[in-house]
Amino acid sequence: MPFALLKHGLTRRRSVPDAFPEPGDLKDSYDIVIVGGGGHGLATAYYLAVDHGITDVAVLERGYIGGGNTGRNTAIIRSNYLTPEGVKFYDESVRLYKDLSNDFDMNILYSERGHYTLAHTDSAIRTMRWRAEVNKHFGIESELVMRDDLQKMVPQLDYSEDVRYPILGALYHAPGAIARHDAVAWGYGAGAARRGVHIHQNTEVTGFEISGANGHAGRVTGVKTNRGTIRAGKVLQAVAGMSGEVAAMAGFRLPLKTVPLQACVSQPLKPFLDAIVVSGSLHVYVSQSSRGELVMGGSTDPYGVYMTRSTLDFKEGLMMHLLELLPFISEVKLLRQWAGMTDMTPDFAPIMGETPVDNYYIDAGWGTWGFKATPVCGKENARMLATGEVGDLIQPFALQRYHDFNLVGEKGAASVGH
Amino acid sequence: MKIMPCPLNGPRNISEFSCGGEVEHLPPPDCDHAQWIDYVYLENNTAGIIREWWYHTPTAYWFVAERDTRTDEILRTWPAGDFLAEFGEER
Repeated sequence: MPFALLKHGLTRRRSVPDAFPEPGDLKDSYDIVIVGGGGHGLATAYYLAVDHGITDVAVLERGYIGGGNTGRNTAIIRSNYLTPEGVKFYDESVRLYKDLSNDFDMNILYSERGHYTLAHTDSAIRTMRWRAEVNKHFGIESELVMRDDLQKMVPQLDYSEDVRYPILGALYHAPGAIARHDAVAWGYGAGAARRGVHIHQNTEVTGFEISGANGHAGRVTGVKTNRGTIRAGKVLQAVAGMSGEVAAMAGFRLPLKTVPLQACVSQPLKPFLDAIVVSGSLHVYVSQSSRGELVMGGSTDPYGVYMTRSTLDFKEGLMMHLLELLPFISEVKLLRQWAGMTDMTPDFAPIMGETPVDNYYIDAGWGTWGFKATPVCGKENARMLATGEVGDLIQPFALQRYHDFNLVGEKGAASVGH
Repeated sequence: MKIMPCPLNGPRNISEFSCGGEVEHLPPPDCDHAQWIDYVYLENNTAGIIREWWYHTPTAYWFVAERDTRTDEILRTWPAGDFLAEFGEER
């Protein structure tokens, strides 16, 4: 890579290969059709090609690659969740993330920073201790750090006691990292396209062909799009905020509410904050990107909307809390703001695996925790689509769990009140 | 800030309200398992015009609003009693 840079630097013209070659018209039929060209869909296509040698795959994306939630999150990667199911699953994802730059031959700027979840109350300290013990049991670096030590580790924060929520301690997770999120989508997409997967952008799914629907939910046989109908052996839907609408086309309902999650970045500053700092009580998370921008997010919007608009309420609320942690940034300007449409489940855990429709699989319920799960989702979805078996890591997240009253209760999720 | 036209208090900042979810039928007490799951967990999650319960927190007042979830426009509101009288069973 550095030699290529040198070579192109010395020549006047350089040609950049097209990462997503236009596949042309839709074929009449594909073995596997993936609805949704976000990180999860592209990662699934990538691992189908790489791990299983299956390349008769179409990824259908209504917009463009990287335009959805993959490019709208705050790019935090961690595995210090609360439930054993969640911890094992996200730990595998972190493990895969570490190798992605090599796998793609493309730098995703994976940067381990250390992740601190602040505790401001005795009950929060108790929960952090609980999380640390669950994490350690599964071999994950995670520990409770009390205020005096924390002050040495993250000296940038305001530790005074005359604030609304004084800092008592934090859950410290050393492997907590950030990455360049659009590079993750591009890397998976380009890798899949290079191996023969067709990535169709500007292709909207308008319905499904389902056979034998008498008495049961039937079997999917085709996908209708604005560019024509294609036959499909198996279908995976991975469409985040649009999950309810797409599932309705396939004829079933989901336990999801689509709620916007807003975020923003500041103007670039000299590097001063190496840690990723999160506070559940204050509904704040902040990290400094490699460009020097502070990447900031808060809680999801108070009610559901299918929009990616930004509101003043959100920024006022977020800044009020953020300035309690970092008072010295009060003169810093905001540079950009945006929102993504999250699909929230009642137990803050995802929905993965089989659906009432045969050969129709789902990857949904990714709320505010989808980006960090991208590699493991791709890997497990690919395995499921290739072999028909639902792996142990994703078994607990089956849609069936709601019918069995067997919820996961993932209270380690971000941006949600507990 | 966005304004909610409350049937009791008039136009107020939307931060004074909480959303109570889409209006739906409470299943009968002797309903089967599937109906109960449907009521407790499953959502229409409609991208379009929906009717939903809203609550004005300072005055502890429940009412129904019609809202377009694609544009966040509030189209109409009813006091709960008027809504139930108008739509009764078919809501």
